[in-house]
Amino acid sequence: MFPIQSYEKADSVDDAIRLLSANPEAKPIAGGTDLLIRLRDGKKAFGHLVDIHDLAELKQCAIDAAGTLLIGSGVRFSDALASDIIRNHLPHLHTAAGTVGGPQIRNIATIGGNICNGVTSADSASPLLASEAQLIIQGPAGRRETPLSDFFMGPGKVALAQNEILIAFAISRENYRGYAGDYYKFAMREAMDIATIGCAATCKVSNHTLVDLRLALGVAAPTPIRCRHAESVARGQPLTEELLKKIETAVAEDVNPRTSWRASKEFRRHIIKELVGRVVRNAIHQAGGTNQ
Amino acid sequence: MNRMIHLTVNGRKKSMAIDIRSSLLEVLRDQMGLTSIKQGCGVGECGACTILVDDVLIDSCIYLAVWADGKSIRTVEGESRHNTLSAVQQAYVDEGAVQCGFCTPGLVMATTAFVEKNKGHAVTREAIRKAHAGNTCRCTGYQSVITVTEKCLQTDGEPNQ
Repeated sequence: MFPIQSYEKADSVDDAIRLLSANPEAKPIAGGTDLLIRLRDGKKAFGHLVDIHDLAELKQCAIDAAGTLLIGSGVRFSDALASDIIRNHLPHLHTAAGTVGGPQIRNIATIGGNICNGVTSADSASPLLASEAQLIIQGPAGRRETPLSDFFMGPGKVALAQNEILIAFAISRENYRGYAGDYYKFAMREAMDIATIGCAATCKVSNHTLVDLRLALGVAAPTPIRCRHAESVARGQPLTEELLKKIETAVAEDVNPRTSWRASKEFRRHIIKELVGRVVRNAIHQAGGTNQ
Repeated sequence: MNRMIHLTVNGRKKSMAIDIRSSLLEVLRDQMGLTSIKQGCGVGECGACTILVDDVLIDSCIYLAVWADGKSIRTVEGESRHNTLSAVQQAYVDEGAVQCGFCTPGLVMATTAFVEKNKGHAVTREAIRKAHAGNTCRCTGYQSVITVTEKCLQTDGEPNQ
């Protein structure tokens, strides 16, 4: 038995917000793959639950009239893997979805939960950061939008009020059209493991020029991060082997990895350089680019 | 903290009162006696509690029992028909893919889900390995499990014939 003290099933997002507002101790539960484990460990912070598991409103995966890609927070990793929209337009997120846990976890864990947990190792975080995802959040006063880059406040801390629900991720057309991408998760095992480093890149290439590069890393800092310095070194430059080496070196200024039982800081720095090189090369290759 | 749920378990409709604090594993194993479902790690890593909910593979130890309301559950107990093992179960026997047996019910359900989804499609050994990555087995070394899956994908007919 899980030490649940109160449980309310929400039948809509509005209902969930009402239920959360009525009990300031309550937290939403979606896939539950992280929350139920913490609850079983006896973490009292999760004793009051508002259940948003399987809410149809949160499961959309579509492109709207303006060309904006909308991914519901309740989309599970297996839904993401089965989605042609995600495969075609966000290949780095598609690849990342396949690296989460194992089949049973991917069948139940949601992308929204992965982001709202606020952990640096979240596999969906770096691809969504790289693609400038906007978060659509609903609270008692209505909806608001915030960039994902402003959402991560610290380890396990996100800019979401207790009575707000993350509805969806919105990626505008200019942030995915013409971009190719890749993701690589370095972990000690090929499945059922937490990333030692996760690296996502998305880029646009034209006439042997790297028109744009967006690079994001997980576990390279206390929260998932964008590598703005490495991106500025890359943007608009001719595609050469020298440029790729420069990007690999530049990323050192963007990161702040730590030593944990999984890996030392020094090892992570080595892996970051190696992964950035591989993932950026592969993203460029996917975008049809070749070195001069 | 009781609540009525209505579900189908191995083809039979059931209505039962459950404690909302229960995992689906606890309800199926302790209330219904489906002891093929094992609690190994209890945190969704070992897969010994793997079952199918509406034909989707899940770890029942980290799945609230209330979520099963209105759903159809399959466990290894329902896979054999009229005292005949399913094709997947029979292949596990034939290939010697069962040793201590603790992980076997979960693995059989993982193989069943994969075979039903991929029957008639060409799949790589890598895809088979990935489909069983959520089930830990300390005896077989997995090779026999992969062989079972390949064999089931090749044979004609439905897994339950």
